[in-house]
Amino acid sequence: MYRDDFVRRMQDSGIDRRRGRSLHIDLPLLAILITLCGVGLIVLYSASGQNLFYVKRQALLMLVGFGVMFGTAQFAVRFWQRWSIALYMIGLFSLVIVLFFGVGAKGAQRWLDLGITRFQPSELMKVAVPLMVSAYLGRHYIPPTFKHVLIVLVITIIPVLLVARQPDLGTAILIFASGFFVIFLAGLRKRYLATAFFLALAAIPTLWIYVLHDYQKQRVLTLLSPQDDKLGAGWNIIQSTTAIGSGGWSGKGWTQGTQSQLNFLPESHTDFIIAVLAEEFGFVGVLSLCALYALLIGRCMLIAINSQSHFGHMIAGSLSLTFFTYIFVNMSMVSGILPVVGVPLPFISYGGTAIVTLFLGFGILMAISTEPRRIRTDL
Amino acid sequence: MINDAAFSDPARERRIFSGRLLISALIIIIAGVGLIARYADLQLTRHQDFATHSDNNRVHVRPAPASRGLIYDSNGALLADNRPTYILTVVRERTEDLDKLLATISSLIKITDADINLFEKRLKRRKPYEQTPLKYNLTERERGILAVNGYLLNGVEVAARLTRFYPNGDLYGHLIGYVGRINERESQTIDSVKYSGTDSIGKIGLEKFYEPLLLGEVGNEQVETNARGRVMRILDKVDPVPGSNLTLYLDSHLQRIAHQAFKDERGALVAIDVESGGILAMVSAPSYDPNLFVSGISQKTYDALLNSKDRPLFDRSISGQYPPGSTIKPLFGLIGLHSNTISMDYAIDDPGYFIMEGIERPWRDHNSKLGGHGRGVDLAEAIIESCDVFFYNMSIKTGIDLLSSYSEKFGLGQITGIDMPGERPGIMPSRLWKKGARGQSWFNGDTINTSIGQGFMLATPLQLAVMSARIASRGKMIAPKLVKSINGVPIAENPLAEPLDIKQVHWDYVHQAMRDVVHSSRGTAKGINKGLDYKIAGKTGTAQVISIKAEEEYDSSKIDKSQWDHALFVAFAPAENPKIAIGLIVENGEHGSSAAAPIARLVMDAYMKSKAVQPKLDIAKVGH
Repeated sequence: MYRDDFVRRMQDSGIDRRRGRSLHIDLPLLAILITLCGVGLIVLYSASGQNLFYVKRQALLMLVGFGVMFGTAQFAVRFWQRWSIALYMIGLFSLVIVLFFGVGAKGAQRWLDLGITRFQPSELMKVAVPLMVSAYLGRHYIPPTFKHVLIVLVITIIPVLLVARQPDLGTAILIFASGFFVIFLAGLRKRYLATAFFLALAAIPTLWIYVLHDYQKQRVLTLLSPQDDKLGAGWNIIQSTTAIGSGGWSGKGWTQGTQSQLNFLPESHTDFIIAVLAEEFGFVGVLSLCALYALLIGRCMLIAINSQSHFGHMIAGSLSLTFFTYIFVNMSMVSGILPVVGVPLPFISYGGTAIVTLFLGFGILMAISTEPRRIRTDL
Repeated sequence: MINDAAFSDPARERRIFSGRLLISALIIIIAGVGLIARYADLQLTRHQDFATHSDNNRVHVRPAPASRGLIYDSNGALLADNRPTYILTVVRERTEDLDKLLATISSLIKITDADINLFEKRLKRRKPYEQTPLKYNLTERERGILAVNGYLLNGVEVAARLTRFYPNGDLYGHLIGYVGRINERESQTIDSVKYSGTDSIGKIGLEKFYEPLLLGEVGNEQVETNARGRVMRILDKVDPVPGSNLTLYLDSHLQRIAHQAFKDERGALVAIDVESGGILAMVSAPSYDPNLFVSGISQKTYDALLNSKDRPLFDRSISGQYPPGSTIKPLFGLIGLHSNTISMDYAIDDPGYFIMEGIERPWRDHNSKLGGHGRGVDLAEAIIESCDVFFYNMSIKTGIDLLSSYSEKFGLGQITGIDMPGERPGIMPSRLWKKGARGQSWFNGDTINTSIGQGFMLATPLQLAVMSARIASRGKMIAPKLVKSINGVPIAENPLAEPLDIKQVHWDYVHQAMRDVVHSSRGTAKGINKGLDYKIAGKTGTAQVISIKAEEEYDSSKIDKSQWDHALFVAFAPAENPKIAIGLIVENGEHGSSAAAPIARLVMDAYMKSKAVQPKLDIAKVGH
């Protein structure tokens, strides 16, 4: 502790030799992200049926994403804490708009048509909610009191309900999770945690009967026994596990995956892209990707721990956990251990808004990571 | 900045935060390891299962149909051919809404309810990715319409397939038979692998008898398909082995002459090569066009054939059993001579009827209306003039046991074993037979009836031809057969049974008598000897369809034609060195001499003419 402070003081007082810091770039994070994007584009090329159109579009979006990330990183952490409410309100407003004017597919209204591009407000919320919650809790001492927990729950639940109405249960759960992670990191008392756990357990039957749509129930049932409906709902899971399993140790080779190249695998370039990677690069490929993700999450958690404010701690920690949740949910649903919910695999799945908001999050992490060290006043 | 900073305990807050982050990290690690374990389970432990499933997904084995063996006549003329036809098929797996699709197709081309019914039956037996035929024999116009509207017809494919075609139509209806769609009953008995390339099977005739040879061996193609079932590439291939080609003894020219000779009459003719037993012509009239059955006959057409009074679907040549009538006389005479119950000098006085002791009712002589054939009728005269009374006497002297047992050696009362399905055995009555079939003892009256080929006795035209051929060949145990060679390799001949040991003088006697039937001025078949430049030996016959009481006269003008007598004729030629033997019947033709014999003459003329030309051809070949 003392040594730490000493080093910080030395850094702050001395000349910061790391150029990244003045540009607000966290070089390890950047290196990992670039590698992930590269891997993503390579897999996407194969998954899209060797269609360069998708690859080019995705690359362009990634470039936009990097721009967003650098831009975000230039603002001080305090700026994000202060303006989080604005971002949250914009998100909330667009969610309401989308309910009335949204466009979508397969019975769900998820997008706002902005003319040049389509925008998915629920994606923005994945960042806006933890930002808002962190900002709020950051102003108060932790662990949060019952009142604060209630307020934070309201902040979280409103967008969750709006998204669930689209309906997009997967994203709604992720948004809720991102808010919950913040409270958890803020030291939510164990008795609240236990209560929440049992409440959630008790809510399952209610959810099943009143909230879940038939197709959502179907997905859960399908997960339990995909063989019951081989050509219908079970098809996706059967084909994706087949793709993964048939990849074996080292895979069938890039663009050689029969499941994906012959279109047995559904949604192969979006939500189910991990099956393509697993089929073509085998277990080695899956492990390598997981290693990259582990590095990324590790780096993010390091940033969280080294953050200098509660806000920084909470938002960085929450974003790391949310990020892990994306990966976990996606890889679990494709491999048949969670129901199919529309969650893309970060940096690998094809998809616009998701990529950009992802970079927005990492921009904030970079801002935290490159925050000028201040002399601690609390000593 | 931090509102509550004044009350906060930064060290404690840091500790809380670090603790929670640590818990998070632990959860992440546990969840991550669990996830990786799941992938390891799928990819390492259960890899083999999934690899197999993945291959089953994409690799389908498609049967490569073998082309069915062709059938040729002895001159190389094609009797059963395969022709490409176009079939409208549906792959169920690739259709979105089958009922809608069928409605769309019906709006484009004509699809009958029967087509749809059959299609739905087939659909149950096929795998979802297989082509299921909906309509056969698409016209060029229909193919065009389907091609233009292809975008509306997901899952519809037009397949080219070889379909059986019989170029001679009804000429070989019964003989070649036909192939037809495999029906439900057949599909349970056949080996579905062998039949995976075809939906046809030989139903009757040669097509049925030689089904295993004609079918060939189905090949297969391993193809890689995408999820929509479209074939991406061929991985492996086993070529089909075409079915064996059959060459028959048959001569299309003779067949056609015989077929046409029947004109509108009902009946059957079998012509046998005396040397080999090969069938030269085999006609059952009326016939039908086997092509009707190949792609499924309509119920209406089928009913018309089935219910026709002339019974065109009935193969009279091997399944029709008729009383042989007087055509049996040369054989019985021969048996009498051979068994020494009569001699060549034996003669009777014929008053025109026969009275047996103890029986009031006399047996009439059907062939003389003017008080009998006179005095001193011997066997020769009895054959030439067809004297019944002679055979009544002779048969009583010989007895049924000898007649019956020797007749069987000439092929009567048993199937001949020809390579055709559906042959009937006829009846050669004996004491044993009557006991078994009727539960009664044999009476002499039965012998008398049998002596003129009436009573219980029945024979098929094929049996008459075989009998004729065995007489012609002086006792060679000729066995009739249709197929001469398979894929050009002659069928190994089964060794014939020992020839019958009958004295040449007896053969000479009977041959001479049969020759005089045609060539003597008193012969019953003298009507066909005009302009003959070779000699025919034969015997006419008339078989009663209804029994006529002794005191009544048979008068054709008084009864319906369907009850007229059947006319029969057996013959061989040339008489001195027989080559061809014939047995034939004209149903309700009345007299063998007028209705049946002329048909034999036509066929024999054609045969002799073709034999006369052949040597010249051989010389021409040598000259080259």
